[in-house]
Amino acid sequence: MTSHPRGIHDLGGLPAGEIDRSEHQNDFWEQRVDALQRALGLLDPPLVRTDELRRAIEGIGAQAYDRMSYYERWITAITEVLMEKGVIAVDELGRKIAEIEAREQA
Amino acid sequence: MNARFKPGQRVRVREWYPPGHVRTPYYIRGKSGEIERVCGVFDNPERLAYAKADDPKTLYRVRFRQSDVWERAERPNDTIDVEIYEHWLEGT
Repeated sequence: MTSHPRGIHDLGGLPAGEIDRSEHQNDFWEQRVDALQRALGLLDPPLVRTDELRRAIEGIGAQAYDRMSYYERWITAITEVLMEKGVIAVDELGRKIAEIEAREQA
Repeated sequence: MNARFKPGQRVRVREWYPPGHVRTPYYIRGKSGEIERVCGVFDNPERLAYAKADDPKTLYRVRFRQSDVWERAERPNDTIDVEIYEHWLEGT
């Protein structure tokens, strides 16, 4: 193997252990993330295209990428693209997350 | 849009390692195979990834022998098909 830069997602041919082939139910929040991505992609022009989603997923730092589940990567990438486009702001998102955390703990 | 390659033609995948979003898998770069079919013309995902739908490219299904892809192929006579855009291919 050469030492050319290789994306964290581009695993073909690398040892990766056993594949978990068990069927599993998606959580409700995962279904919502899927629906959100579809809705954003159906706008004309699309707000988050599949290719933009993939690009943003590939841009997640290696440590975070390995730790995240499939839909955690999706929602992280959707957020990233929406912030790039100025649809949501970091500050706005931080406030909302804090608000929800407070509500959950109440 | 005219397809540069025809089914049956030998091609080599460019050995490029550009930054940015790329759909050509790492393991297939630099490998040689044969055009299996012309899939059609699609917007270049390398541009779509940055919200630009402005660069139509011909997409091909390219067939490789496993022994041409891996140093120690378990089943060397098996083949693998990979879909690759025209600008990633060169004639041999």
